Amino acid sequence: MLKTFSLGGVHPAENKRSANSPVEVLPVPPVVSIPLAQHIGAPAQALVKKGDEVKVGQVIAQSAGFVSANIHSPVSGKVAKVDQVVDASGYRKAAIIINTEGDEWVEDIDRSAILVKEITASPEAIVKKIGEAGIVGLGGATFPAHVKLSPPPGKTCDVLIINGVECEPYLTSDHRLMLEKGEELLVGIRLLMTALHVKEAIIGIENNKPDAIAHMEKLASEYEGIRVQPLKVQYPQGGEKQLIDACMGRQVPSGKLPIEVGAVVHNVGTAYAVYEAVQKNKPLIERIVTVTGLSLARPANFLTRIGTPISALIEAAGGLPDDTGKIIGGGPMMGKALTSTEIPVTKGTSGVLLMPQPLASRKPVDPCIRCAKCVSVCPMGLSPYLLMPLAEKAIWDRAEEENVMDCIECGSCSFTCPSSRPLLDYIRLGKAKVGQIMRSRTANA
Amino acid sequence: MSVVLITIVTLAGLGAIAAVILFLASKKFQVFEDPRIDEVEEALPAANCGGCGFPGCRAFAEALVKADDISSMNCPVGGADTMTAVAGILGKEAGDAKPQVAVLRCNGSCEHRPRLNNYQGAMSCAVAAALYGGETGCSYGCLGCGDCVAACKFDAMYMDEETGLPVIIEENCVACGACVEACPKDIIELRNIGPKSRRIFVSCVNKDKGAVAKKSCEVACIGCGKCEKECKFDAITIKDNLAYIDYDKCKLCRKCAPVCPTNSIHELNFPPRKSKVEKTEPEKEPVA
Amino acid sequence: MIVSPSPHVHSGDSVQKNMYGVLLALVPALAASVWFFGLGALIVTLTSVLACVLFEHLIQKFLLKKPSTIMDGSAAVTGLLLAFNLPTNIPLGLIIIGAAIAIGMGKMSFGGLGQNPFNPALVGRVFLLISFPVQMTSWPVPIAARGAYIDAVTGPTPLSVVKEGLSAGRPFSELTAEIPSYLNLFMGQMGGSAGEVAGVALLLGLLYMLIKKIVTWHIPVAVVGSIAVFTGVLHLSDPQAYASPLFHLLTGGVLLGAFFMATDYASSPMSKRGMLLYGAGIGIITVLIRIYGSYPEGVSFAILIMNAFTPLIDKYIKPKRFGEKPAVQKA
Repeated sequence: MLKTFSLGGVHPAENKRSANSPVEVLPVPPVVSIPLAQHIGAPAQALVKKGDEVKVGQVIAQSAGFVSANIHSPVSGKVAKVDQVVDASGYRKAAIIINTEGDEWVEDIDRSAILVKEITASPEAIVKKIGEAGIVGLGGATFPAHVKLSPPPGKTCDVLIINGVECEPYLTSDHRLMLEKGEELLVGIRLLMTALHVKEAIIGIENNKPDAIAHMEKLASEYEGIRVQPLKVQYPQGGEKQLIDACMGRQVPSGKLPIEVGAVVHNVGTAYAVYEAVQKNKPLIERIVTVTGLSLARPANFLTRIGTPISALIEAAGGLPDDTGKIIGGGPMMGKALTSTEIPVTKGTSGVLLMPQPLASRKPVDPCIRCAKCVSVCPMGLSPYLLMPLAEKAIWDRAEEENVMDCIECGSCSFTCPSSRPLLDYIRLGKAKVGQIMRSRTANA
Repeated sequence: MSVVLITIVTLAGLGAIAAVILFLASKKFQVFEDPRIDEVEEALPAANCGGCGFPGCRAFAEALVKADDISSMNCPVGGADTMTAVAGILGKEAGDAKPQVAVLRCNGSCEHRPRLNNYQGAMSCAVAAALYGGETGCSYGCLGCGDCVAACKFDAMYMDEETGLPVIIEENCVACGACVEACPKDIIELRNIGPKSRRIFVSCVNKDKGAVAKKSCEVACIGCGKCEKECKFDAITIKDNLAYIDYDKCKLCRKCAPVCPTNSIHELNFPPRKSKVEKTEPEKEPVA
Repeated sequence: MIVSPSPHVHSGDSVQKNMYGVLLALVPALAASVWFFGLGALIVTLTSVLACVLFEHLIQKFLLKKPSTIMDGSAAVTGLLLAFNLPTNIPLGLIIIGAAIAIGMGKMSFGGLGQNPFNPALVGRVFLLISFPVQMTSWPVPIAARGAYIDAVTGPTPLSVVKEGLSAGRPFSELTAEIPSYLNLFMGQMGGSAGEVAGVALLLGLLYMLIKKIVTWHIPVAVVGSIAVFTGVLHLSDPQAYASPLFHLLTGGVLLGAFFMATDYASSPMSKRGMLLYGAGIGIITVLIRIYGSYPEGVSFAILIMNAFTPLIDKYIKPKRFGEKPAVQKA
């Protein structure tokens, strides 16, 4: 009986079309647009201006606060301008646009494929290097990694959980990373364990990736304290609260962070980026992006430089299919529908999903039949059937009482609803408004 | 026969006892209230719309009685007549707030502002605004999902299916401000109704640079500043690539509208111009 | 391109799938009903379903002036369940009245699907029971009544035999000889309403609904469990004065009620804990009416009473939240 999390969850069709496609290096594009807000927290501040020459790996924007991250140039060339471009948020945001010239890297970056296994840096030095390298959570949350590695005073961490679950349908970038860069990944995990002063690390992998489980189990046998935990396939197992529950049986209390139960969760991609940053002096400038879809000619996994327009990835995967109705940045459950193919790849772009018609259209909305299926599937134990009308009618105090802030926006409720009601649309609105009210309450206190 | 009599007497007696108990209770537990609150409440329109800033007419009446100076307090539904009546009851000075009306500051109809994608989320402007900048290239403009129409309790708004924009019915609008609150893009503004219901305003809230704005919408304000130069009453200011006409300073001279290169300045309820310059007259009062 | 908030995929579930799933789950019970009660069962079932669907269509199109939703299958489900709650020799006029009450008063007056605070089929049935007690309590004898409809041969049900016998002071063990064996009761060889007799058929239907995730186990198990426990305690205290739990479960409308009537979406609670409490309440009230009340059968009333408590249950009993129990202490 495989472990999984205790409440709710759904099992959408997996469609892992690109699971057997090895990672390909996408050619460097002629122009890159690098948004300054690619992470949770304050947007970075640009350090370059029009006309400046940059090299790959050079820092071009710096962290602007405690919760923020540096941004490094993914290409070498000349800065064309610092302007507003439409990014995945659907709004125009500040970005640095660079015209590529050649592929010249900053000198001290080790570009060789030699595995550097020995860890010489101290825990503090590791955290510092991670911060300098601009590493953020690559599972999609984009939380600055060095902040997560600095627990607040009074809280200690006793276990590191590595998220190799990839519960979103279609996405396979984490899967391929585990198969192709397993050793480097384990060194990265070691580095994170050192930084956190923990002796135990658990790599959670869902059971639909048996090759990754076998491979990682074999490699991890060489590393003391690191073990693999195979998990039953269930969405949203990759949500950090659900993952901690599945691996450890500990439930993070409402409103608190994982450190409250002594755990810290990092995505496998983040752990790999940590290896590259600390052992190879390479900052975060590229990531694996899955390009997939039911009508796509050649679903693939591309190692992509940050700032590449997604049109380049779509072209390399066989071109935009004629029946495409929706372009999604990320997976189908939590990804964002994009307005154009010129939107650039950012640190949080785990995949590009091309959804054909008629699947892309939303179904007509029917009245609620009170079947309680949304309650059954909510992994946080909330009542979506109640939260939606509360948000629609703007009854914010009751929404707060019904714990709308606990919602992780996984989408299981809308996925399940037989009446195709836009539950999550309104719950998200409720979270935004209640969050605002709560913040102004503490500000005025 | 006697059964009927007993029944009548018993029930009548019970009724009388209940009446006495209720009478005593109403006297014993009576909360003293300033009787003027009832009088003021009578004078208010009883719409309970919240336009005055208080939760209901009763609360407004209480506040009016309590306040020393009521000149800054105004009932938008009742207007000057109501405030004068209230002032009479209380022996205080009414303020002279000018009557206002809601104005839609966006003309990005389907004709002027092409749709680039198809929104299929929940039919709520708040939800759409949280998701992205909208179906067009202008991320400041009207989203067309009708949160404002839903918020209006006075039947003063409806959605025009052809243009994709909401329409404000002047006769019914009481300037309560519900639509202003509901719009997540701050497109609707309460402006002075103006003499003979005439008013001039910039029908755009786009803050993008001129070239970017014009690319998305042919009637956008590009922040060129021609109107600012033309105005002799200092009523127009340009900020963040957007012109704004101050409704207190505007004297309705109509000099600014013809010089706007994108026809972004609207004049409502004026007679047609006799000049040679052909200017398409913006929408007048729509038929309800 | 289409733009909408996430999620961008859907399970494919629909109201129609759930309703037609319930209809399919009722097919074994329908087959049993026709087997035991023949012509009467066919006429009553057909009339009830057609009447319910027709009334819903007419009310929606002409009274409410809205598009008709009869294709979603919910009116047909109400029709079938109403039929299953009636004796198979009931006159056509009464069936039509029952359908009008069920759909018109029990469902549409509250706002249609998803808004009914009471189970519509039960509203129709109880209305008929109170208004036409004679016609609603004459029960055709299984197999023997197959060829007839209105003039089907009638007889007492096991439930009424045992209730009258126990109230007259006769011991339970003597009465069991006068009613079919437990196995026959389970297979449906007894008098009763059209759909309630065949326990085995109803159980098959429940299993189908559980597999297809149309209902969860909580309400059926809570109802059956609470009846079994309550009657079990009574029976153990005095085996001759009280009927056995197995008798109570297999006779009357317990299985039909627990599996198909109490699980109506709109009138039952939304949380698992709430559903268990609701089911337990139904069981207790059923047993109270059966043992201490004047009616031999109490399931319909019990369900309607607990339906009234559903909003209260939903208000105070919330689903179990993630992180509610204190986190396991770290070493």
